[in-house]
Amino acid sequence: MKTINEINEIREKTLSEISLRKDINYKGNEKHILVCGGTGCTSSHSDKIISKMNAIIEEKNIENVRVIRTGCFGLCAKGPIIIIRPEDTFYAMAQEEDVEEIFEKHILNGEIVERLLCKDIDGNTVKRLDELNFYKKQKRVVLKNCGMIDPENIDEYIAFDGYKALEKVLTSMTPDDVVNEVKASGLRGRGGAGFPTGLKWEFTKKAVGDQKYVACNADEGDPGAFMDRSVLEGDPHALVEAMAIAAYAVGATKGYVYVRAEYPIAVRRLQRAIDQAREYGLLGKGIFGTEFEFDLEIRLGAGAFVCGEETALMESVEGHRGEPRPRPPFPANKGLFGKPTLLNNVETYANITQIILNGAEWFGSIGTEKSKGTKVFAVGGNINNVGLVEVPMGTTLREIIFDIGGGIPGGREFKAAQTGGPSGGCIPAEHLDTPIDYESLSAIGSMMGSGGLIVMDDTKCMVNIAKFFLDFTVDESCGKCPPCRIGTKRMNEILDRLTNGQGKEGDIEKLEELAKNIKRSSLCGLGQTAPNPVLSTLKYFRDEYEAHIKEKRCPSGECKAMTTVTIDKDKCKGCSLCAKNCPVNAISGELKSPFSIDPDKCIKCGVCIAKCPFKAISRK
Amino acid sequence: MSENNEKCQCQCGCGGKDEREEKLVQIIKDCNYDKSQLMHILNETQNIFGYIPMRAQKIISEELGIPMAEIYGVITFYSRFSLEPKGKYNIAVCLGTACYVKGSQGILDKLKEILGIDVGGITPDGKFSLEATRCIGACGLAPVMTINEEVYGKLDPSMIKDILEKYQ
Repeated sequence: MKTINEINEIREKTLSEISLRKDINYKGNEKHILVCGGTGCTSSHSDKIISKMNAIIEEKNIENVRVIRTGCFGLCAKGPIIIIRPEDTFYAMAQEEDVEEIFEKHILNGEIVERLLCKDIDGNTVKRLDELNFYKKQKRVVLKNCGMIDPENIDEYIAFDGYKALEKVLTSMTPDDVVNEVKASGLRGRGGAGFPTGLKWEFTKKAVGDQKYVACNADEGDPGAFMDRSVLEGDPHALVEAMAIAAYAVGATKGYVYVRAEYPIAVRRLQRAIDQAREYGLLGKGIFGTEFEFDLEIRLGAGAFVCGEETALMESVEGHRGEPRPRPPFPANKGLFGKPTLLNNVETYANITQIILNGAEWFGSIGTEKSKGTKVFAVGGNINNVGLVEVPMGTTLREIIFDIGGGIPGGREFKAAQTGGPSGGCIPAEHLDTPIDYESLSAIGSMMGSGGLIVMDDTKCMVNIAKFFLDFTVDESCGKCPPCRIGTKRMNEILDRLTNGQGKEGDIEKLEELAKNIKRSSLCGLGQTAPNPVLSTLKYFRDEYEAHIKEKRCPSGECKAMTTVTIDKDKCKGCSLCAKNCPVNAISGELKSPFSIDPDKCIKCGVCIAKCPFKAISRK
Repeated sequence: MSENNEKCQCQCGCGGKDEREEKLVQIIKDCNYDKSQLMHILNETQNIFGYIPMRAQKIISEELGIPMAEIYGVITFYSRFSLEPKGKYNIAVCLGTACYVKGSQGILDKLKEILGIDVGGITPDGKFSLEATRCIGACGLAPVMTINEEVYGKLDPSMIKDILEKYQ
């Protein structure tokens, strides 16, 4: 158990060792090599880079150089990422075999390895991380420690003001003060619905019960979203500290974090953070010498999207099927094990320590009038800079997609951006200047959601993308209430017909009617929002639906059943390459004269299109 | 469910004493026989056996005092739990939105074609099993698939044959 003084000593000592990471004017002779150890970069073998670096340091007995496995830097498209501080050199897509060169040249001789430097979209070499456009419009509040500290070392977290907010709360604020501060900040739930966080805290605080709980929703089920995972991987103590603060505010003594089992690195780091916090007495009894007692436990999910819904999550934590309960009673009054429970998601909690330390006013100065603070987005799909982005609320989609995200690859046109995952909608080009906040996104038929942002280019069919999401909801519907269980299935059947060229007059109207009823009568958020992908694509891309039905044509050419693959007789030189590669022998012809495709045999796989050296084959 | 009541069928000379079962009993004990830890215990069972066999369900039921039917209900609710063993190499293709937009359906189709099995299937020799999974979070590498723990990213269908050959 550590006292406040001992924690302060750790802070000072560690800060003197790691301040060079933030100090660009540092003149000493130490170097820190920060290597991303998030899931993305680990998948492209950053762990091998780290092992190799440590081996070289040991072999050559190099002093004053440390290798740190950090959390996510955000620019996943350029992984594995290596940053050398204090000079802030940014090496992108380095591999194990590049490590020796980095050491020979950069570490030992101060010479930059030009060929490994990161390049921006225009192909210009970027020496330092902050020179990249990707970072210029970002503001890091939630992700402030990601990529900066070793997430498995509590001392480094403490060095950058870690556990200072908890100390402040326990020694100088009453639970009411804390609730009021969070209320005043204007923070709203980052899980998607945007409910005011402070109000939730107040309800749970006022609820009567001999035992209360705080819980964290880290069951990030939205496919293509990885914001919460990145916080858990890069800065797990931020969650531990925030949950302790929340527990103090609402009067809870025990907390649960519900994490997806599919996130092994996140689970491991969070468990380590909890163990370290216990060891330091920051969890347990008598924290900082006060009466306050709090402990935290991880509960694993097992791949059920509906468990992101708050009551289903609680069922799952208790060890049951994750089926939602009717509300009311709300979790604030009757949550986990029937006791009053406060539930927030990871990103919401990750704002708390900053609000306590810098004050509600500071937090309120970021963002828009009704949506305060920043929002983290996982940007993916047809975009150059796939990665993790944190921007002030009110930033426009255009800024995120084109300034930060670097635009659409391959010179293609932007078609739509999808936010809110299976509960959200597709936003067309005409709304690119919409500021990102809860109200504006709802007004254009999408939603903030948890932060998944998928960009689609003009080769994507909007009917097909609606079907993709409906497939997902049909799969993930828990089956408890009929509107969701049966209704989404019926909608999916219609979409299936449409994409197979068997659409009928009246299908659009039927989709709309089903959507209206499912939204109105489903038990939980999953069903109530499931029709959104269909409704939003109908709103902005109705002509595509109509083309599928009336003309049996897919305008973007993605729905294979409705396309034909043909050879342009003028361009074909009769080389026979297509015929040789056709898996079903659908192409025939005589050498040096134009070939043709038998439409009855053709399976539209597209191999011939890719193989034709004269670009004579196309899909229509 | 042919393996009802069956003991371990290995021929390693252990005499039917399955260390995995002992491990499971120990895990349940470590949880203080807390019924609310069922998800954790099932996740561990899945890790130990590679699936959740009937004999493991029986152990859990007896040790925790939860009816078999209820345990079965929980197992079948969550997609990570499997009642059937997986192949020596389990291939999981990500069908998260980011991967889907970048063509992961084509990867999945190619695998189905080469392996001759459908999603959820296993090759007759027990070598490969195939599943479609939701986001594994490596969106920067989309489209992505995993073979056991190994992650393969930035795929296109023409790469699949060569990758599979490594496992032959």
